[in-house]
Amino acid sequence: MSNAQKNIAGIRDDYTARYGFHNVEDYMTKLPKGLDHGVVEAISQKKQEPAWMNEIRHQALDIFLEKPMPTWGNMELLGQIDFDDIHYYIKAKGEQARSWDDVPEDIKNTFDRLGVPEAERKFLAGVTAQYESEVVYHSIREDLEKLGVLFMDMDSGLREHPDIVKKYFGTVIPTRDNKFSALNTACWSGGSFIYVPPHTKVDIPLQAYFRINAENMGQFERTLIIADEGSSVHYIEGCTAPTYSSDSLHSAVVELIALKDARIRYTTIQNWSNNVFNLVTKRAHAHEGAVVEWVDGNIGSKLTMKYPAIVLKGERAHGEVLSIAFAGHGQHQDAGAKMIHAAPNTTSRIVSKSISKDDGRSSYRGMVVVTKKAHGCKTNVECDALLIGDAARSDTYPTMDIANESVQVEHEARVSKLAEEQLFYLQSRGLTEDQARLMVVNGFIEPFVKELPMEYAVELNRLIELEMEGSVG
Amino acid sequence: MNAKTPVFSCRGVRVSVEGKEIVKGVDLDVMPGEKHALMGPNGSGKSTLAAALMGHPAYEVSGEILLRGERVDGLAPDERARMGMFLGFQYPVAVPGVTVASYLRAVLSARRGADVPVREFRKEMDAAFAELGVRKEFVTRYLNDGFSGGEKKRLEILQMLMLKPEFALLDETDSGLDIDALKVVSEGINKAHHADNGVLLVTHYQRILDYVKPDVVHVFMDGRIVRTGGFELAGELEAKGYDWLAPATVGAGEEATS
Repeated sequence: MSNAQKNIAGIRDDYTARYGFHNVEDYMTKLPKGLDHGVVEAISQKKQEPAWMNEIRHQALDIFLEKPMPTWGNMELLGQIDFDDIHYYIKAKGEQARSWDDVPEDIKNTFDRLGVPEAERKFLAGVTAQYESEVVYHSIREDLEKLGVLFMDMDSGLREHPDIVKKYFGTVIPTRDNKFSALNTACWSGGSFIYVPPHTKVDIPLQAYFRINAENMGQFERTLIIADEGSSVHYIEGCTAPTYSSDSLHSAVVELIALKDARIRYTTIQNWSNNVFNLVTKRAHAHEGAVVEWVDGNIGSKLTMKYPAIVLKGERAHGEVLSIAFAGHGQHQDAGAKMIHAAPNTTSRIVSKSISKDDGRSSYRGMVVVTKKAHGCKTNVECDALLIGDAARSDTYPTMDIANESVQVEHEARVSKLAEEQLFYLQSRGLTEDQARLMVVNGFIEPFVKELPMEYAVELNRLIELEMEGSVG
Repeated sequence: MNAKTPVFSCRGVRVSVEGKEIVKGVDLDVMPGEKHALMGPNGSGKSTLAAALMGHPAYEVSGEILLRGERVDGLAPDERARMGMFLGFQYPVAVPGVTVASYLRAVLSARRGADVPVREFRKEMDAAFAELGVRKEFVTRYLNDGFSGGEKKRLEILQMLMLKPEFALLDETDSGLDIDALKVVSEGINKAHHADNGVLLVTHYQRILDYVKPDVVHVFMDGRIVRTGGFELAGELEAKGYDWLAPATVGAGEEATS
């Protein structure tokens, strides 16, 4: 269909103009492609790390090398990853700045174009901006700093607060968890470190922005967020990359610890270019009475495999995963959620929405586990998939492992085709076919969008609008 | 524009669905200021005709369809709508996640060809809500999502009031309404109708015609208009049913789409 072809060709035009541009490479360090103990050692040396972290890295590399690739998911796409064709560490010129004026001009311009300083001025309490492997800019509001809130890149966290990092690093996601958590642990660089003191509320979001610039780049940020008793924090991350014909790899590990009665909300708007493999491990521990929410939006990447997890370790803890995936031409969004009820009277909710268009593919992979001693739990899972066009695909792989009888489980899964009747109804009132389709899609994602801060909701709607332009049902 | 130009006409309109002919040649002229009723038994093809006239993509349509003398057959449904055609649905479609207010503003802006300013829109919407006795909280509800049959129909006529169509096709607007709702909806139709536009009520029952009095009544059976008369024809149908008008060619077991 000519319209569909036009559409497929059209989508990435805009991505390239808005996000897919790149700077001329001007680097202080660019390790050669490939990964071995020499590369790991070089990364560790540059960071002048304590011996214990150096040791963790080398062990992790061995685990990465010994673990096989996943034997599930989209093995065809996974098989395309060439680990020898990736740069595992790149550092741009210049040192980390606390003022945008001190950031090298081309990098500052990049973040300007992406709207990061503007967002910071308008509605953020702190920002880190990562470019390749290192954070190049960092700020936090003074009042938060005075309250003892720590927000910095992970490397600084390790340098300045080694006791906290050592206590929690790898406790939520052990190195051995999966091949990609081992990879990240071996060559991690950048990411965010956040500690919120007891009973401190950070009511304005903190944001990290991750930018890949180089071709064949591997970005392995490591994030650790600890919300102490009765505290709360909202963290937002965004990411984009240039459009290249060769692939890049993004493999993050994110560990959240919500101590007694603490609250963490972690929002992601993932908008990688279509040549990025996005293989991420995210997990949280929710202690007694704590609340953890993953709000996870996946728009970009070639293949995403990401299943944010919450281990409800303490009584009355509550976990939520609210996710949306948009799979356009050539994309596979393999996303989902894991909820482990390990304590009594814990509650959880998973809402997953996916839209597949053209030959895009989305999968929901979800797991709910209730342990034997976890009585009085409640869990609710809702999966909705919307298919646009005959070639679009959606699969659902739900797993429930319930070892306690006093559990209330609700599970609902729906797949709907963008209905001709909906389009006809809206068109009969004067909306064009494109407007009608966009309205249906916007309605579909509304439960997700309304959880986003307004500025991000606007941005997400705009992204969806671009993706939907001229699409054919 | 010549005053004698019908607001809406069809000439030899035939409609097929998946190769099967449902509407077998319809001619119709609705003059400005007129209300017509198209009455027929279930399965006679009334709803198919209504949807086809609006440009439903699933139907193959031949013949001419004219709005104020201009050909609209061949145009997309949204083009017909922006020119002033309106189809009130028998089963209005739900669009979850889209609030009634944002939907109404979008369609009103589409009809007028320019964004309607928020304040102006609010005023018009509030007035239409009051007119149709629709509760305020509906503005934040999702379009037709979980609405009762009566609520949906009220919202259809509310849209007719706001969109001010040149010509409105109302498909079984009376079905599923209790007597109070029927009165409100009928008043809405009468209010939206004026000396220069036209209405075609498609209905199975005579009930709504007590409140929206048509100038012309057509009896539609087996894909054709078999009789046209004045308002009194509706009364006759009420008393005698449809069978006496059945053309001899209609087979008792013949399947048709409503």
